[in-house]
Amino acid sequence: MSSATLESILDRHARQGVRLMQILRETQEALGWLPPEALGEIARATGLTRAAVESTANFYSFFHTRPLGHYRVLWSDNITDRMLGNQALMQALCKALWLQPGRVSEDGLVSVDTTSCTGMCDQGPAVLVNYRTVTNMNLDRVQAMAALIRARVPVAEWPEEWFQIADNIRRAGLLLDCPLAPGAALAAGLARGGAGLLDEIRTAGLRGRGGAGFSTAQKWQSCRDARSPAADGARYVVCNADEGEPGTFKDRVLLTRCPDLVFEGMTLAGLAVGARRGFLYLRGEYRYLLDALEAVLARRRAAGLLGASIAGSNFAFDIEIHLGAGAYVCGEESALIESLEGKPGKPRIRPPFPVTSGYLNCPTTVNNVETLASACLIAAHGGAWFARSGTKVSTGSKILSVSGDCAHPGIYEYPFGVSVQQVLEDCGAQRTLAVQVSGPSGVLLAPDEFERRIAFEDVPSAGAFMVFDETRDMFEVARNFAHFFAHESCGFCTPCRVGTAINARFMDKIAAGHGSRDDLEQIFRMHRLMQATSHCGLGQTAANPIFDTLRKFRPSYDRRIESLHFEPAFDLDAALSRARRMTGRDDPAAHLTNEHQP
Amino acid sequence: MSKKLKVATVSLAGCFGCHMSFLDIDERILELIERVEFDRSPLTDIKTCGPCDIGLVEGGVCNSENVHVLREFRDHCRTLVAVGACAITGGLPALRNPLDVADILEEVYHSRPGLAKGAMIPNDPELPLPLNQVHPIHEVVKIDYFLPGCPPPADAFWKLLTDLLAGRTPSLRHGLIQYD
Repeated sequence: MSSATLESILDRHARQGVRLMQILRETQEALGWLPPEALGEIARATGLTRAAVESTANFYSFFHTRPLGHYRVLWSDNITDRMLGNQALMQALCKALWLQPGRVSEDGLVSVDTTSCTGMCDQGPAVLVNYRTVTNMNLDRVQAMAALIRARVPVAEWPEEWFQIADNIRRAGLLLDCPLAPGAALAAGLARGGAGLLDEIRTAGLRGRGGAGFSTAQKWQSCRDARSPAADGARYVVCNADEGEPGTFKDRVLLTRCPDLVFEGMTLAGLAVGARRGFLYLRGEYRYLLDALEAVLARRRAAGLLGASIAGSNFAFDIEIHLGAGAYVCGEESALIESLEGKPGKPRIRPPFPVTSGYLNCPTTVNNVETLASACLIAAHGGAWFARSGTKVSTGSKILSVSGDCAHPGIYEYPFGVSVQQVLEDCGAQRTLAVQVSGPSGVLLAPDEFERRIAFEDVPSAGAFMVFDETRDMFEVARNFAHFFAHESCGFCTPCRVGTAINARFMDKIAAGHGSRDDLEQIFRMHRLMQATSHCGLGQTAANPIFDTLRKFRPSYDRRIESLHFEPAFDLDAALSRARRMTGRDDPAAHLTNEHQP
Repeated sequence: MSKKLKVATVSLAGCFGCHMSFLDIDERILELIERVEFDRSPLTDIKTCGPCDIGLVEGGVCNSENVHVLREFRDHCRTLVAVGACAITGGLPALRNPLDVADILEEVYHSRPGLAKGAMIPNDPELPLPLNQVHPIHEVVKIDYFLPGCPPPADAFWKLLTDLLAGRTPSLRHGLIQYD
């Protein structure tokens, strides 16, 4: 890369260390990877230490500090992609390219690997090619893709239809009907004023849509009341669009269909808490949305809905989009703020909570995409109107991302309180064995629980709804999730870093036919330990899918168990194979029995 | 005075450092010997393990003999404890794991400069064969308790043994859990 290109990237971000993530991403987009010289130049220009720049560059899956080929193909590896056959397709692609997964081809042309769920579960198997999303992969597309790569055709010239991403809205409700004209809610909000708006949010009973269900009014009030350490009293609004929970893709559709609703919700949050700046933290997997969203922001600025004097008032607010780089843990709000500041996404110690000490230690409210869109409706129609739908303690609607074994995967918006059974019927699921609600960190429901309702008081959900029918093996589902968490643990605390790795190893041991009753006991112990001692929600919930499947689908484990007591972790006799070959021995002492008879 | 408990100890792929640290309980060994009797152990030079209450195993599993000894301990000890970093993780000997054991044998016994003419990889059936990888002992037999440290401090040995003698589940407090 010419130093002029790097200079222009650095200038565009005013050489600010807090912009490091965006500087690294744009540098990599220009060069294909992050060479040491570029990192050194970025460190000098931003005034960060070389170690700080490298720790960020090395933390995120989508940044690479070694060349990984002109074409980087990453297969989304959620369980729903597996159920659609991604493994065989990936093998076929590797075969067509004469390649091992995870290795760069000898000519430095291409590498093929897996990545965590890319949020295309309703149209998988999906891949990212140089971080552009391709959906509905099949053998034809694999063969055509291999030919295009070998012919070195730039990704921008690949068939347009490969990059089509469907919204698949099957059932629209309050939000997805999008009845608001841009600016309408903002005008109503400005008329009410910040305090009046907060009152409406409180009346509406709005709760966070990210899964935890915290009161939005309380969060905004705390942020509004907190003292800012900055001279100008700065406060921030952050929209969490780091939709990393496997099986969740509702925010992608909201940002595609109703971006004005989301941006206007952020602006209203700014009005309510007294902020002048907002960030949309968009997951790296949704890079393809960036240009369209920037265009919406530009249009809103031109219409006077963002900027120095919004709708002629003295309220000023603007929004920047910050793109993530493939780290699930950044969905945790304090990790997300670290990432916004250009650092590795490791959760902070809380308290202090972001509402008092968030971005640059200033009061910051972090809200889910769907929460902010709902706030926009409340500003327009009033809190009482909103509270009329849903249940008493879970007001409004919930958007579910339905995927897996059903006839019509896609987006379903219901008033809170809908039963799992109702959703299964609507999406055309047959002979359902289990439903994973709210992703791997959520809860797995068995058929005797399908009458339960999606609501904070019963089954809370961040939006994922993965359906498994009777042909599925729930052990393999849990094993996929165990590897997901082992990959996504940020490594900051020992219970999570080690626990997720050990759990993945236990699951592999059982899958390889070396499992015993004792291993299952160890898994239960590990679950308790991680739940009690992990630093953040990732570790606390990482063993949930194993725990749930062990409790509700025990036979899928028992049929793999070799021994009621203990089984070695590996094949003992095979472990002498190399030494036998080198010594030419085959006497009885050169063998070990795998069965140990006391 | 109740019957003395039987204790066996062994070092597999270890350096005997854990045993040395055990001996650092110093004069408390006199108190200990009032309450336990040592079976197979480097301290007694008894070669095979009889029925025991407690087995302390230092070192990981690097060859077939280690597997046999470890199984002998598991068969005869009611409670088996993994002692020290090598037993718990493979430790220092496991640093060979990234290498192919076949390449190691070839280089050490056959192709290295300075070997006697016609040197061969030893193949006497008396010799235990090395495993492809060095393993922690809990991958080969069921282990009841783990005593971390390289080596575990003498006080940790003392706490573990006095807990077991008193019939308590061993629990090491903060200062006794150390990893180097």
